[in-house]
Order: sequence, then structure tokens, then C-alpha cells
Amino acid sequence: MPLTPLDTPRVSPLAGEDYLWTLNFGPQHPATHTTLRIVIKLDGERVVDAQPDIGYLHSGFEKIGEHLDYNQYVTVTDRMNYVSPIANNVAWHQAVETLLGIELTPRCRYIRVIVAELARISDHLLSVGAMGLDVGAFTFFLYAFYQRERIYDIFEALCGARFTNSYTRVGGLMHDMTPLVVEKIRAFVREFPATLHDMERLLNRNRIFVDRTRGVGVLTREDAIHRSVSGPVARASGVPRDLRKDEPYLAYADFDFQVCCAAAGDCFARYYVRMAEMRESLRIVAQAVEHLPAGPINVGPEERAALPGKSAVYQTIEGTITHFELVMANRGFVVPCEEAYAAVEAPNGELGFYLVGDGSNVAYRARCRPPSFLHFALFPHLIRGHTLSDVVAVLGSLNIIAAELDR
Amino acid sequence: MQAGSAMNEGSDILLRQLGAQFPRLSTSAFRGQTRIVVPRDELLELLRPLKERFGFDMLVDLTCVDYLHHRDATDRFGLVYLLVQTESGRRLTVRVYVNEPDLSVPSVVSLWEGANWLEREVWDMFGIRFPGHPDLRRILLPEQFTAHPLRKDYPLQGRGERHNFPVLTRSQA
Repeated sequence: MPLTPLDTPRVSPLAGEDYLWTLNFGPQHPATHTTLRIVIKLDGERVVDAQPDIGYLHSGFEKIGEHLDYNQYVTVTDRMNYVSPIANNVAWHQAVETLLGIELTPRCRYIRVIVAELARISDHLLSVGAMGLDVGAFTFFLYAFYQRERIYDIFEALCGARFTNSYTRVGGLMHDMTPLVVEKIRAFVREFPATLHDMERLLNRNRIFVDRTRGVGVLTREDAIHRSVSGPVARASGVPRDLRKDEPYLAYADFDFQVCCAAAGDCFARYYVRMAEMRESLRIVAQAVEHLPAGPINVGPEERAALPGKSAVYQTIEGTITHFELVMANRGFVVPCEEAYAAVEAPNGELGFYLVGDGSNVAYRARCRPPSFLHFALFPHLIRGHTLSDVVAVLGSLNIIAAELDR
Repeated sequence: MQAGSAMNEGSDILLRQLGAQFPRLSTSAFRGQTRIVVPRDELLELLRPLKERFGFDMLVDLTCVDYLHHRDATDRFGLVYLLVQTESGRRLTVRVYVNEPDLSVPSVVSLWEGANWLEREVWDMFGIRFPGHPDLRRILLPEQFTAHPLRKDYPLQGRGERHNFPVLTRSQA
């Protein structure tokens, strides 16, 4: 397959403007936080044009998805948005269960909601913290990071892994929630609002921070829709779209929470929406943990999706059959020869998977719809006309995670 | 349940209107997701009214599937356009099939700017061209790369990783 040259050679609209200074930003730069590169054309200190260059972290996740089975691939999803890996686990198995047509147990739905919302808090903490760090608010970042540490502790007690959790399984979860975890979550719910309050008091009315973010990188509502933007970035531009409300998956219909929106669409609005969303997520966690239903976390043997417990395997014929059906190399899940798309409201936006099944245990095609990819495409549009120092503010407010961007 | 049945009714009306206008459409549904298959030459004619008249104002995703080894598939590539109405949250999937040798589909960047990078990614991974795209370059892989790795005839390991790049010895470096 030789690569034929493109139909038209690319002519920059700025050709001939020799006085412009070209600056290479990245791929290794402390403010990109990950590996991405932007070629910036500067007129003095003003950004005339920016050309993102991505792919430095491309590791073929979608190709790997065509070779690992539905349970194995969850480890790869951990490495996509590594700031909130457990939200990716939930998104992946949401798509798999949509394709396979599995109805989860109520307890499993609640636990998935709790971990997804904790992941949202930890993602937003890093996102606003790093944005604060980039524009000079170091203390703010440390406040945020200490709370992230506490969420890691909760995940460690929950599944043994702090960072790459791989917590979900087809039709259920890896472990049930123990009383210790519930206690840790309750303590977090009790103590986190004080830190959140401190964080808001540090930055919300901070003159330097507000001057550097208000009116910078404005995204209008029309542009947000036109450019396929989702999540907090879209909500900060006044698009009231939140999949938790629009298509309530898992158990989100049971909880009382608000969709946080802003109208301004600038970097400050994106910061503000993330801060407000943390409060709402905390409310969801508090409601879910107090109303956690009893019962099994995995679907029963009739679904043939989750491995039954050992007592069921040894004492019931259905358990034995299910066990063998799942572990034998030539058997496995019942997968239709069909295609399905399912998405969740991940911390960064709509994280969806388009799955094509072909009857085997391995997806025929596992397309991931990464929110960062579409958000980074916005970058030249947002930064044009602003100064070089605004580059980091805009990058921070978009929360670009290169591992998810490049997959 | 109520919302679900109202939604089905809405998509029935939509599909009837579209079917009257485009007789070559075929529709199907799976797990409550409505899908339309449209011939390639009618794609833009269908997507434009979907966006402007029927309110599917956001392109959520654009991707491609290579059906080379897929059971009972008759076409080689299928492009998938996932649309959503931001007002109601209703979704619609539009699919187009393309076959070799003419691997090109009209670009939808004129309708949705968000398609820009998505189409570049499909070109990069599957080698499908989008006439009308303003800047169709590779996006994730290096420009010198000569294959399209998400095609099914491209192996998981062993090809295209090194032989495209010049070998620099220590004395040359």
C-alpha cells in the first residue's frame, strides 16, 4: 500500500509574512503535561496561528482492541485517560454490555456510579489544579493533589490498585465494596467540601487568576456544537448537554443533581464549571453510598457473562455450566454479529465506544471516541489572537490528556 | 419507558419522512439505536437536511470499519457517522459503504467543523479519502508512514514499524 501524494500541496495562508516568528512548543514541555507538540506562529507576543502536531503517544489501542477479549481490554482502557482510569473502565464495559444486551444488577450500577463520580472528582481536581499551576497558583495545585491522594486511597481499598484500576468486568465488577471502603468514602464526603471551599476562595476572586483566564480562549455555543465539543468544555459554553441527564445510564436517574453550565465559554468558565461539577459529583456519591442496594454485584448464571462464585460453581449445576462455558477456549460470551455505540459522561466529555461484534470473544472493531481528540482540535481556533502566555491557560482549561488523544 | 416509546415514535416519523425523500435508504435498529444506510452519492444530500431541518446539529463521531474478514459482509469498508440532536439528545447512526478501488467519500467538514480531525484519522488509519477536506494529512502516524494500520490486512505486529525509517549508525549520528 504505497502512500500516494496528496491532491493539493498545502499552502499556508501566511506564506510570505516573513516577520512572523515560529515557535515550537513541545513535545517535551512542562506545561503540556504530556507529550504533544504545537507549532506556533507569533507576531511579537501575539499568536497568529497554531498548528497542533499529535501522535507522539500513539500506541494502537484500537488495533489491540481487535485482539484482546472483552475482559482483557479493560486494562488498556486504563491507559487512555490515565487521570481517571476507572471512568474509562465503566465506559468500556458499558459499551460491551450494550452490545451483549446485559442488564446489570442494582448494586453493580450503584457502585459503578460511585467510582465514576469519584473518578470525575479526581480528574477535575487534576485539571483545575494543573491549570492553576500553569498560570502561577502553586498552592492551589497542592490542595488539589492532596485530595486526589485520598481518592487513590479509596480505590486502593476498593480494588488493590491505586492508578490503573481495571475494576469492571463484563456483567459486573472485580470485587464488592467492603465496609472499609464505605467508611473511607463517607469520610471523604464529609471532609472534601472544606478543601473545595478553600480552593474556591483561593482562585475564584483571585485578581491574577481571573485576569489571566477571563475572556481568554472564548468558545461560543454555536462553535461548541459545530465542533463536536462535549463535557465541561461544552457546558462552559452554554450547551446544557450531560449524558447523565440526557440518557440516564447506570443508576443516574435515581439521584438528585444539577447540570452545571456557564455562558461565557472562556477559560474561567471552564474552570468554574469543573469546580461546580465536583460539588454535584460529591452529592451523587453521598446519595449513592447511603442508598447502596444489597444483593449480588455480578449478573446471574443465566446471562453467561460473569464468572460465578466458587460456591455456586461447586454446588449448583447452573454455576458449573456457566463456569465452563466462560473459561473454555472455544466457548465464551454470547456476542451478536452486530454493531452498537454506547457512551458515558466521562470527566472530560462524552467517552464512547463503537463496537462491532462478530460472534467471537474479541471485538471485531473497538472504536474509542476520545473527548480530548475533539477538544484539542479546537486549540488553534481558541488561541488565535491571544498572547503566548495564554497558550498554557487554554491548554490547561481544555484538559488535554495525550494518552487519550493519541490512543 | 414513556420517554423511550416517545423517542421510537419520533424516529418512526423521521424515518418515514426520510424514506419518502430518499427511496434508496435502508434502515435498521439494534438495542434501540436507529441506523440508516445510505448510498455514497446521496450522503451529503441526506446529512444536510438532517442537520438543518431535523436538528441533528452535532456530529458525535465519525469512524470506519474494515469488513474484510467479517462474517456475511458484502462491502469492504463502512463509514459510521454518529449524529445527535443537542436539544433532545436523540441519536442517529448513518452508515455508508465503500469498496475498492474508489475509496473516497465526500467530506462533511463543510457541515461540521468537528469532522476535520475525525476524517484525517480515518484517512490515516484506513486510507479513505475525503474530497473537499481542507487539509487531509495523516494525524497520528508520521507523514512517511506507507500503510493504513487499522485495515484488517495489516498485521498486529511486524510490519511497517521500522523499515520505513532510515537506519542511522552511530558514526552517522
